Amino acid sequence: MLAIEVSGLRKAYGNLEAVRGVDFSIDEGEVFGLLGPNGAGKTTTVEILEGYRKRDAGEVRVLGSDPERPAADFRERIGVVLQQSELWPNLTVRETHATFAGYYRAPRDVDEVIALVGLREKANARVKSLSGGQKRRLHLGIALVGDPDLVFLDEPTTGFDPAARRAAWEMIRSLRSLGKTILLTTHYLDEAEQLADRVAVMREGRIVRVGTPRELTTADLQTEIRYRQDGEEVLVRTDEPTRVLAELTSAAVARGEELEGLQVRRPSLEEVYLALTAEEEEEVEA
Amino acid sequence: MSAEAIRIAVRRPARRLFVHQLRSEQLVFWRSREAAFFIFLFPLVLFVLVGSLYSGNKYQGVPVKWAILAGFIGYGCANTTFAGLAIQLVLRRESGVLKRLRSTPLPPATYVAALLASTLIVFGLQAIALFLVGRALYGTPFPPDVGSLVAVLVIGAAAFAALGTATASMIRSAEGSSAVVNFILLPMAFLSGGFGPTKSYPAVLRAIGDVLPLKYLVKLVYAVYLHGHGFWTQPGALAVLGAWGVAGLVFTIFRFQWEPRAR
Repeated sequence: MLAIEVSGLRKAYGNLEAVRGVDFSIDEGEVFGLLGPNGAGKTTTVEILEGYRKRDAGEVRVLGSDPERPAADFRERIGVVLQQSELWPNLTVRETHATFAGYYRAPRDVDEVIALVGLREKANARVKSLSGGQKRRLHLGIALVGDPDLVFLDEPTTGFDPAARRAAWEMIRSLRSLGKTILLTTHYLDEAEQLADRVAVMREGRIVRVGTPRELTTADLQTEIRYRQDGEEVLVRTDEPTRVLAELTSAAVARGEELEGLQVRRPSLEEVYLALTAEEEEEVEA
Repeated sequence: MSAEAIRIAVRRPARRLFVHQLRSEQLVFWRSREAAFFIFLFPLVLFVLVGSLYSGNKYQGVPVKWAILAGFIGYGCANTTFAGLAIQLVLRRESGVLKRLRSTPLPPATYVAALLASTLIVFGLQAIALFLVGRALYGTPFPPDVGSLVAVLVIGAAAFAALGTATASMIRSAEGSSAVVNFILLPMAFLSGGFGPTKSYPAVLRAIGDVLPLKYLVKLVYAVYLHGHGFWTQPGALAVLGAWGVAGLVFTIFRFQWEPRAR
């Protein structure tokens, strides 16, 4: 079953075309990452799926509904973490969860959710006393308290320190194990690589690549083989690393030489991403 | 399921949601020291101060302190349902709370109804407190016709709440909202008799007051509280107040936004 289906999605704000024809689909239970720099159209895309914005063109199905004309239970079944939003500063963590729980027909147990997002010690603390990371966890908690099938996370870890990010990743992994479908936007490559089953790279309102993190890293860039010869660095890029490496090493063995500093590496998602972003600059120059 | 049973099944969660949201609005309001002070307590403090300035004189045949209390009932109504509501709405819109709530199953109409009911509760308690303080410090009587007073205040609160939501729709950022709202409210209260009778004001100021909605609310409170008339005896004042309320409502319907405007 598909949780989300998008085809030919377009959205402009005045003259600015934020989304220029986007297609993708997300399976139930999948963690899908929308990756791209600021201004790529990620948030606009997600907010159309959440029902906040009307699209200019294209087809959108979210949990079987058109978000512009959602089924009665649409908002019962989604959980949303917005990129920027505050809550009531003077309520406690538990009161905030209880307030949101009251909006849903079959909410989860409030204390259970507070424990899930790691705020048990802060359950009676006022929201205004929480750190930035704790506030994001609170937002995650209230997104989960209605027991949604589909969770939207718009840049869930932006502004976190490394430890807080790792903790948030653990939490998102635990959501996946609950069988939730998750649509995650991020401009952190490692985050997409760590969390997402599949990643779509967005740039200037279009999806320029979709696949598993592994597919993206193997399909797009050649494997790099580096070694030193006569004191000089040699770099070989190849689509056939096994054959090239065998030839290099057997030739070296035949000569009785050692290939100094021999390294074989696949490009990271970061390099793929930078390459995808760089294409545009080349086009501009050409 | 019979049609009636279905109707109950649909209606019951709506009522449950309303009560749930009303309780959380009350919690949010009283937990905020700024709101509790500036919206609830401030008119009471001003009333005590201004009340102590006047003594002895009569106004419209009754002790002037009665008129001052009546004025502060009007000012309190505008302060709570117009200024308080507008500032709270702008803060919630700009902080993204309203946007976040839109993605929950809480219907917007239920949210608005609960927020208005919560505001009305705050003002109701404030009005009761004003009468108690007036009685204790200045010997002012309790209202002779409570039913008419409640009717006047509910009509006034509705009109000022509509103007409050309209004003919230006009304000672009949270930073200046309190200043803008008080820049409207304080002169209006001064010119409308909210801080005491205006009969000694220059004609120009009284003429400006004549077009402001608070003047007519104060006039209605005078009629009901000072003279024991029924609220329906002042159709002109009701009409002006109602017209302002409708204008505010129409503006709100066309301009109200749930999402932050300042970027």
